[in-house]
Amino acid sequence: MLKTFRIGGIHPKENKISAGKAIQKIDIPEQVIIPLSQHIGAPCQPIVKKGDKVKVGTQIGKSVGYVSANIHSPVSGTVQKIDTALDSSGYKRDAVFIKTEGDEWEDTIDRSNNIKREFNLSSEEILEKISKAGIVGMGGATFPTHVKLTPPPGTKAEVLIINGVECEPYLTSDHALMLEKTEEILVGTTIVMKALKVDKAIIGIENNKKDAISRFRELIKSYPNISVEELKVQYPQGGEKQLIDSLIRRQVPSGSLPISVGAVVQNVGSIYAIYEAVQKNKPLVERVVTVTGKDVKLPMNILARVGIPLSNLIEKAGGLPETTGKIVSGGPMMGKAIASVEIPVTKGTSGILIIPTLEAKRKAMRDCIRCSKCISVCPMGLNPTLLMNLTEYEVWDRAETNHITDCIECGSCSYTCPSNRPLLDYIKLGKGRVNTIIRARKN
Amino acid sequence: MSVLLTAVATLGAIGAGSAAILYMVGQKFKVEEDPRIQEVQDSLPAANCGGCGFPGCASFAAACVKAETMDDLFCPVGGQTTMDRVAEILGQKAPVAVKKIAVVRCSGTCESRPRTNLYDGVSNCTIASDLYGGDTGCSFGCLGLGDCVDSCTFDAIHINPVTMLPEVVEDKCTACGACVKACPKDIIELRKQGPKSRRIYVSCVNEDKGGVAKKACEVACIGCTKCQQVCPFEAITIENNLAFIIDDKCRLCRKCVPVCPTNSILELNFPPKKDKPGTQKEETVTITA
Repeated sequence: MLKTFRIGGIHPKENKISAGKAIQKIDIPEQVIIPLSQHIGAPCQPIVKKGDKVKVGTQIGKSVGYVSANIHSPVSGTVQKIDTALDSSGYKRDAVFIKTEGDEWEDTIDRSNNIKREFNLSSEEILEKISKAGIVGMGGATFPTHVKLTPPPGTKAEVLIINGVECEPYLTSDHALMLEKTEEILVGTTIVMKALKVDKAIIGIENNKKDAISRFRELIKSYPNISVEELKVQYPQGGEKQLIDSLIRRQVPSGSLPISVGAVVQNVGSIYAIYEAVQKNKPLVERVVTVTGKDVKLPMNILARVGIPLSNLIEKAGGLPETTGKIVSGGPMMGKAIASVEIPVTKGTSGILIIPTLEAKRKAMRDCIRCSKCISVCPMGLNPTLLMNLTEYEVWDRAETNHITDCIECGSCSYTCPSNRPLLDYIKLGKGRVNTIIRARKN
Repeated sequence: MSVLLTAVATLGAIGAGSAAILYMVGQKFKVEEDPRIQEVQDSLPAANCGGCGFPGCASFAAACVKAETMDDLFCPVGGQTTMDRVAEILGQKAPVAVKKIAVVRCSGTCESRPRTNLYDGVSNCTIASDLYGGDTGCSFGCLGLGDCVDSCTFDAIHINPVTMLPEVVEDKCTACGACVKACPKDIIELRKQGPKSRRIYVSCVNEDKGGVAKKACEVACIGCTKCQQVCPFEAITIENNLAFIIDDKCRLCRKCVPVCPTNSILELNFPPKKDKPGTQKEETVTITA
């Protein structure tokens, strides 16, 4: 039997329309907008000013504070201004506007395509390189990778888990990357194993990506410490805590990090970025973005530089269909509807999903019928309907004792609710409030 | 018959015995409470709105009795008359408080502030504002989903179905401040009600640069400083491209109102004046889903 996690989970239609499509390149527009906040944590401080010349890979934003990540220029050209621009947060935030001139790269970056397998660096040197390159978790959470790879004092990593699950319906960017950059990902994995000082790594892939699994199985023969595990197709298999449960049968305690059970999880996209940063000196300036949707003419995976407006990517995929009802940045389960297509690609943009009007409309909310479906599908073992009510009536102390902060926001509860109740909307609000209360209490 | 009598007698005896015990226990564990607390509480409006800063009228009454001076205590619902009565009971002097009222600092109606997208999520301002800036070009303005309406215990604020903006019912508003706390965009402010309910305020909270603000909303404050220059009492400050009238300094001369190029300064309850030339502009509606 295929491995999977033990609590909850759902089976949404996969709809992986763009699966198996090669990664396409996209032209760089005349102007790019690079938000200074593309990660969880403190926004970057800009270190360029109007009129400065930059090349691809020139650092333009300096991380401030421990949980933060550097930002580099994805194009060569001149800095036009530093101003506010609408980004995926739905608000205007600080961004660097760059006018593109040619495509000149920093000299230190190795642009060749050949795979560089050898490295001779210490754990600290690897972390330093990752930190400098501004790598963040590319599965969507955008947590700075160097922080995640530095286990807090008193804890020790035992196993590295590579997340190649991509359990979100529609999205295929990680799949495409795994097919085309298989060996690079394996080299990246050995680099991260060295950084974490662990001697075991497991790559977890859902078994709807059989071609990727067999590609990895072929190549791991020369990497004895890495194994590949086939996983059952079940959402949210790619959730960090679910994946740990599936692969090593350990449950992360409430309120703890995965490191407390000796595991560190990294997305395949992040691993590829680490490979490029360590072996090719290339900072994180581009990523694979899936552009998809039922009525999209040419669903595809695009290797896009950060800062390119989403409208350019949609144009490349055959333009906005007439039936468009909603445009979502990310997957259908956890992604967020966007208010404008002019927002730029950021480090966390895993996909652009165009949903037709008929499917986009929210159905009218009805009363809770106490069917407890939300409870049975919650992969964290929470009681979503109770948490929604507690949030609605602002009973924060009970929301906290019912572990609202453990919610991973996967949306399984809202998906399964026969009364179309906006469970996750409320739980997200409550989670934010309770977290604020907890932080205030600590200070 | 005798069974019936026995039952009545037994139950009667148990009842009398229990009553005696309860009386004795009641006497022994009697809580001595200042009788003035009840007296003060009786003179309060019993709205339990929390506008005074205490959890309810009972705790406010207790705080009044305990307090040495009444300077920091004020019941916004009962107002001056209630506070005078409370002061009389306690033999103290009530502070003279200025009557305040909630004002909604956004005039972005459907006409002046075109919708740029449609929001079909939960009808809750806090959830919507966590998600994004709103369904218009202005990310500061009113979302119109009615968190303020839900928070009001006095039925004093309603969403106007035409403008989709909240409107305060002057007679009912007690300035308890519940809507101020409920609004995630900090649009509602408690201001002096003013003589004969006359007041002037900048009905905008947009901190974008002038051009951006104006593009998003016709009646946005663009931070042009014209009002500040014309004000003879230095009552207007401009911070982050946004004008603000300090009501302690404002003498209601109304000089700032006509100079505002976007009509974002509102005057309420003043006798009618000569017509101002309007700055009507043709609007363009762009819709992205």
